[in-house]
Amino acid sequence: MIWNEEYETMPRADLRALQLERLQETVERVYARVPYYRQKMEEAGVTPADIKGLDDLRRLPFTTKEDLRQNYPFGLFTVPLDRVVRVHASSGTTGKPTVVGYTKRDIRTWAELMSRTLAAAGVRRGDVVQNAYGYGLFTGGLGAHYGAENLGATVVPISGGQTKRQIQIMRDFGSTVLLSTPSYALNIADVMADLGVDPQKDLKLRVGVFGAEPWSENMREEIERRLGIKAIDIYGLSEVIGPGVAAECLEAQNGLHIFEDHFIPEIVDPTTLEPVADGEAGELVFTTITKEAFPVIRYRTKDICRLITEPCVCGRSFVRMPKITGRTDDMLIIRGVNVFPSQVEHVLMGIKGVEPHYQIVVDRQGTMDTMEVQVEVSEAVFSDEIKHLERLAQQIQRDIKDLLGVSCTVRLVEPKSIQRSEGKAKRVIDKRQL
Amino acid sequence: MQLEQIAIFLENKAGRLAEITQILAEHGINIRAMSLADTADFGILRLIVNDTDRACQVLRDAGFTVGRTEVVVVAVPDRPGGLASVLNTLTEAELNVEYMYAFSQKSGDTGLLIFRIEDLDRARSVLQAAGHRLLSGEEVSAL
Ligand SMILES: [Zn+2]
Repeated sequence: MIWNEEYETMPRADLRALQLERLQETVERVYARVPYYRQKMEEAGVTPADIKGLDDLRRLPFTTKEDLRQNYPFGLFTVPLDRVVRVHASSGTTGKPTVVGYTKRDIRTWAELMSRTLAAAGVRRGDVVQNAYGYGLFTGGLGAHYGAENLGATVVPISGGQTKRQIQIMRDFGSTVLLSTPSYALNIADVMADLGVDPQKDLKLRVGVFGAEPWSENMREEIERRLGIKAIDIYGLSEVIGPGVAAECLEAQNGLHIFEDHFIPEIVDPTTLEPVADGEAGELVFTTITKEAFPVIRYRTKDICRLITEPCVCGRSFVRMPKITGRTDDMLIIRGVNVFPSQVEHVLMGIKGVEPHYQIVVDRQGTMDTMEVQVEVSEAVFSDEIKHLERLAQQIQRDIKDLLGVSCTVRLVEPKSIQRSEGKAKRVIDKRQL
Repeated sequence: MQLEQIAIFLENKAGRLAEITQILAEHGINIRAMSLADTADFGILRLIVNDTDRACQVLRDAGFTVGRTEVVVVAVPDRPGGLASVLNTLTEAELNVEYMYAFSQKSGDTGLLIFRIEDLDRARSVLQAAGHRLLSGEEVSAL
């Protein structure tokens, strides 16, 4: 179901006009009210008056997590604190947390976006929504909660953990929708199996809306099979708003629609910071164009992704993003091409029987970078005939070339021959002396 | 009737072949025939042994990738022309041989020809009709 027909199916030309108007207003506002943004724009030689079209977005400076830390806690808010009705914070693994704020209108916007997200997953009034995202400083719990309430569903604000109790409530209350991280959904499935609970017979669960961590198509299949539900992927990050930045539709389950009337996505090359060609992978960057308390201009997510611009069967006109395929932190540069180990993993997972046990060895011969991908031969792909294994190696090579745009050699290796440290495989060995 | 060959994936690293024969010897498994096919990067070791199940088990336990394939084993008199007459039979029947290897027995009067053929059932009946002697799994184990 489409929650907001007017905006979600808006013709692209109208949407672009709306985006420009909202972008101009946002840029003027941050320039006038946040000294830090003003200074960065002055250094970049750009003023709000320079933003005449959407293409001028790229003249604006980027914002990074480091910028947020430097302005800890409230330095980038564009409204006085007495207009901020809520703050959330994401725990920083290194240093200070990132703090974000919301006005009353921001909370309404967020609820609207989460209602759209849930409606896209087929959630409707009358559904019993078990919200197992964590409540608290983390945006997941409250973000999903307000959206589900706004939609008119019956919300069970159980938060994460206490898995046995989750299952009991799921059964007693007849929960039809589960909101959680995908790994927690599998955890619930494990405990159900231990307790002898059969989701098909004992529960009314119909759909799960999963986000807040990266997950694979294999994981989706496993969740769908074990819980007997449809598993829908969502995307969000607190710096942009929280959950509700992009959502998959039940009709296609193929890419997440980005709510472009509120956020402008860009894909840039993480090294040159220039826009990539249409459809190519790079770093996902967001500019918020309706947020009041904490707008961000060209926020670098460090997530690697591409944009799908082809129309979707569901009728939404928003572009789609497939699953995140990696983080810029893991990036390798080979012969000038950005390569992410997760892309190699993605190729391997796409070949039947191949397990993602691999290692990338980068070296330099003369002035030329070389990349060798070592893949462990599992029994599922092993053959007693040389030609079959050679064909497999060629296929992997070709698929990597197609996806990454860089040629490599593929070497088939024996199982467990790839170095593992503390049970975790080391994915990249870079022998180059740079 | 069914006779299986074990195939083992090998990186071209020194000593791996010796390691495999060592493991099998330690478990009292006898190798009846063997062939190694290799490329610059990897190899496939094919073995006919007296106890296929156990051989697979101990090799898997040792961390090798192991596969099993059904093959045809023909016993031929160990003298000139033995191989040629079997190959002629297969060629006339237009049966495609993926690969083959040969092995002489200790007793010296018969040789073993091991064939990997897609259409196994037809190969068996064609060979038998032409009067060739096919060995069963039990016969090979008992050798
Ligand atoms: Zn769609």
